[in-house]
Amino acid sequence: MELNREQQLLLDGEAGEVTSRLMRLLVSLGDIFGAERMVPVGSAQVSGVSYKSIGDPGLEFLEDLARQGVEVRVPTSLNPAGMDLQGWQELGIPEAFAEKQQRIMAAFRGMGITAPPTCTPYLIGSVPQPGEHVAWAESSAVVFVNSVLGARTNREGGPSALAAAVCGCTPCYGLHLNENRRPTVLVDVDVRLASNADYGALGYCLGRKVRGAIPYITGLEGAGRDNLKSMGAAMAASGAVALYHAAGVTPEAAAVPTAGLELIRVGQGELDELSAGLDAGETPDLVVTGCPHASLEEVAAVAGQVRGRKLKVPVWVCTSRVIKERAEAEGYLAEIEAAGGRIVADTCMVVSPLEEMAYGVTSVDSGKAANYLPGFCKQKVNFRDLREIIEEVLE
Amino acid sequence: MKGRTIMTGAAAGPALVSRTPISFYGGVDARTGMIIEQGHELEGQCVSGRILVFPCGKGSTVGSYVIYGLQKNGVAPLAIVNEETETIIATGAILAGIPCVDGIDIGRITTGQQLRVDGAAGTVDTEKD
Repeated sequence: MELNREQQLLLDGEAGEVTSRLMRLLVSLGDIFGAERMVPVGSAQVSGVSYKSIGDPGLEFLEDLARQGVEVRVPTSLNPAGMDLQGWQELGIPEAFAEKQQRIMAAFRGMGITAPPTCTPYLIGSVPQPGEHVAWAESSAVVFVNSVLGARTNREGGPSALAAAVCGCTPCYGLHLNENRRPTVLVDVDVRLASNADYGALGYCLGRKVRGAIPYITGLEGAGRDNLKSMGAAMAASGAVALYHAAGVTPEAAAVPTAGLELIRVGQGELDELSAGLDAGETPDLVVTGCPHASLEEVAAVAGQVRGRKLKVPVWVCTSRVIKERAEAEGYLAEIEAAGGRIVADTCMVVSPLEEMAYGVTSVDSGKAANYLPGFCKQKVNFRDLREIIEEVLE
Repeated sequence: MKGRTIMTGAAAGPALVSRTPISFYGGVDARTGMIIEQGHELEGQCVSGRILVFPCGKGSTVGSYVIYGLQKNGVAPLAIVNEETETIIATGAILAGIPCVDGIDIGRITTGQQLRVDGAAGTVDTEKD
């Protein structure tokens, strides 16, 4: 791979041995994937933040980096942590877990990463521009920035995103290149799309059908930002989709070639069957929304539904600390708490130790959560529209 | 045998060969270097002090951190030889500084054979070559 002078100096150890090691990681990954050069990145987003995900090996690695003085050189955001960093005690997070999680956050702070942990940094000001190269790791955010924003990132791992943050560049292959952003399959969607759960079910279905392909989807003309957030997350979880184009919706759709591609159709019957299969239909111990992290509008919808009423089981709305603070200013937080619910910041159900917290059946409105909770958190899952799963637990 | 450099560095020692992929996360104990994946053909073997030969990695990306942990705890393999190194193994080997070569026909290597790995040259040779 060709490196410019600055990149070569990083590899040669000008900025220290650890930075050199991280640059070597980028060069080697570039060689594996056939990159011919590096591209500068405008931002990075690092996964592997929850102690539940990375355990002691990850914690020790991050602490070693911080101890050796490594610092990021581009704006860097972080995936959700394993707990609400302020309210963890009230949520019943085990003390030993919390201590390890706080050490992970301290290590990231030591590297100059101070952004609040979230899987939707694009909702709180970290918004890549169309065509901008970035190195993001969270799969739901990767598919959002590639597809909805038209920025460019591969699905990075935690270490490669961190290396890009420290070195300021990423190997130029895959979705950084025009020719690899063309659709590889056509999907015609003819289904009812009324809620985020509908979009989540569709995303789950499409991910299983197209796996790692780049679908060009028709029939999504009414989709809003939060709908696309839900659909993309499910698609990236059940498949490995990192980019889709949606006719009339996403910015690159009008310009990409579609001639000669295989056509897949998705109809209501298929989607209903899939949704039913994801729904255990049991009495929930917990209701969780905000996967991916809720927008202020989504928080407002929950507040509006529970206003002046009482919840029989806990309802968590997961979001970033920034959105939680805005929700507090708008009065939504008070309304949700008065009903007996919570806004949980910094974390989400997938990466928190739910299985250690005596919850067995969780209701969700997220196709991604429905995909992961049974395995990661040993939960039985009810999967339906948010209004329904909340109504069911209101007195 | 000539393959491709994943991580530089040289090592010589006995081969430990797996014909099936290895998941380091949940499959190898970072404290002891023991392979603990139930039912794996190398279950109960220790990777420490050996040249670990296997087709490719599998499983969670946290496996990279486990490889780093093995090195930190002094129980890492001397080198890694793969048919095709994917990103989990590549990332782990580079972060840990373990010589690593891929593109090797591992069917020609058997456990216990003395190997010499030159990461920079991308070569793997049996001692008597």
